[in-house]
Amino acid sequence: MDDAISAGQEIILKGIAAAPGIAFGPAYVYSKQVPVVREKSLTPDEVPVEIQRLRTANARADKELQKIHAFAEQKLGAQNAKIFEAQIMILADEILMGEIEKRITRELKNAEFIVADEISKYKRLMLAAPDEYMHERAHDVDDVMNRIIRNIQDQKLFSRLEGESIIISENLAPADTVIFSRNQILGYAMDLGGVTSHAAILSRSLKIPAVVGMRTATTTIRTGDSIAIDGYAGFLFVNPTEDTVRALVRKQQRFREFEERLVDIADLTADTQDRKHIELSANIEFVEEIAFARSQGTAGVGLFRTESQLIGRPDYPSEEEQYTAYKAVADGVFPHPVIFRTFDVGGDKLSPDSPHEANPFLGWRGIRVLLDRPELFLEQLRGILRASTQKNVRIMFPMVTTVQEIRQAKDLLLQAKKDLDSRGISYDKGIKIGVMIEVPAAAILAEQFAAEIDFLSIGTNDLIQYLLAVDRDNNAVASLYQQFNPAVLRTIKNVIDAGHKRGAWVGMCGEMAGDPLATVLLVGMGIDELSVAPIVLPEIKKVILSIRQKDAKRVAEKVLAMTHDQEIREYLSSVIRNKVPDIPLDLDQTTGP
Amino acid sequence: MVERTVTILNKKGLHTRPAATLVKTAAKFQSELSIRKDSLVINGKSIIGVMTLAAEQGSTLTLRLEGPDENEAAEALVDLFARKFDEE
Repeated sequence: MDDAISAGQEIILKGIAAAPGIAFGPAYVYSKQVPVVREKSLTPDEVPVEIQRLRTANARADKELQKIHAFAEQKLGAQNAKIFEAQIMILADEILMGEIEKRITRELKNAEFIVADEISKYKRLMLAAPDEYMHERAHDVDDVMNRIIRNIQDQKLFSRLEGESIIISENLAPADTVIFSRNQILGYAMDLGGVTSHAAILSRSLKIPAVVGMRTATTTIRTGDSIAIDGYAGFLFVNPTEDTVRALVRKQQRFREFEERLVDIADLTADTQDRKHIELSANIEFVEEIAFARSQGTAGVGLFRTESQLIGRPDYPSEEEQYTAYKAVADGVFPHPVIFRTFDVGGDKLSPDSPHEANPFLGWRGIRVLLDRPELFLEQLRGILRASTQKNVRIMFPMVTTVQEIRQAKDLLLQAKKDLDSRGISYDKGIKIGVMIEVPAAAILAEQFAAEIDFLSIGTNDLIQYLLAVDRDNNAVASLYQQFNPAVLRTIKNVIDAGHKRGAWVGMCGEMAGDPLATVLLVGMGIDELSVAPIVLPEIKKVILSIRQKDAKRVAEKVLAMTHDQEIREYLSSVIRNKVPDIPLDLDQTTGP
Repeated sequence: MVERTVTILNKKGLHTRPAATLVKTAAKFQSELSIRKDSLVINGKSIIGVMTLAAEQGSTLTLRLEGPDENEAAEALVDLFARKFDEE
């Protein structure tokens, strides 16, 4: 691989498209490598200089963290920015720094060595504690320690690099958002991760192209390599040839023209040409995303992931805290509706002493956890109910498998309502509720489920994985994750029909809802609502505006008679090219976005 | 020298925010403050030290104060714990 790159050969890496756009520029490989600490002995007169190095490094580290904190607060919200406060406080710990300086003088050792040795003591104590919260604090301690050491070593931090770059990294934790606080970033590529990771969300809201799941980007590419990033199809080109560059520039042009025209339709409602109304809404998880979703022309929020309430805190948010957060969202989206999905997390997030699960995907998560912890469920339900006074709030339960679960959840909702009644607090008494159809059992029993609630929302991401027994993050089988697998399509059709039979409306909030290739099909199958990532909203709306449901129905019938994912894709591509000729679709994607 | 025993009443224990309050309060006084939990002793004016305590609700800590204003400091700190650090 090294020979190929030094020989200037083009290398093509394929991953998952996370944020649209095309960019060209030099790579900057960002690695979270632990700095190598060297132990050096000092003579007594070298001590004052060493202490000054430490103080300067500390001041620089503080400046860095203040910037990250401010940026995180702005882009990810005050709640998420809190995770940097612990680090900032540690830097200001006079006892700690005083002790480090004393040790440098006493032991005649260099600053980075003493810093590493002294702070590691605390880190080890925290790691020895049993709870998850202390382990996260140990991470903070580790982070701030490395930050000081890096500054002592005067390592070239990204901030000092000139010019614009495409960032290549293995992963992006919220604490790494420092690299986004620079405005010279042209694009972003990550070895791990999926489209709902922080990095992807951030890239989309910053409108820079991003690709994730690249697997070998950090090992293949070196800082300075010439890169082209295609955030529409999920490609990274190292040393792109002239032909590649030309093709990408043309593609960029096509997409830009299309996107410009999309601005005109932001205010239109998503009605087909024969006046079938499709509720087109947004999937979000931070209140800060509402403004962007609105500008993209959304009717409301079809999925608000409430898990964002649980990030970076040692404990469970109170009813009051949740109410404040949900109210902000409900008010921000008003007069349009917002659907809050109750906590969809693994049991370990809510119950730190829960045993380790060998197979969490088939384990204790979603509504199972909440039903086992009714006191936590009630706090969330009360918080959501209190935010519903303007009557634009709906509740949705994740990972439901049985009718009994729905009934239990409804009973708890009733209990929450009674509790608020006794406290004289108002809420929407007729609040609408629904469930996610993501477990195959739920798809099969959709009619029975529909009899219990007001709406169904199909979560294709997990539904497809469970249905086809494929882990989409497993590279060995990722290509088997087929959105247009006939089994998947028939399941979706059955769910829609079952829901309608019982007077429930049926929506979709999985990634498939945001795939323009699927739009005609879904409209033809009778979907009532599509909730998508805000960035793709205009594209989906354009498709809806360009078709008649009558024709879409015929397309759906034809597709449901087909037996091959590839065949279905090709047919749907031709349909789209026909109806929306200027839509710049990529036909060479082997797995859907 | 003054020694006092306190109990953590806060539901969430001594996490980052009350830890910061504790350290800030201790800083107002001249006296040295050491805090012991079981066999671990840390400097109560050091935030990283207090963070390391990992004290959950119900745990008992021994405060030891040494200095000219040790009595006032002790009162202020005992009161702080009793007030649940004004968190609840």
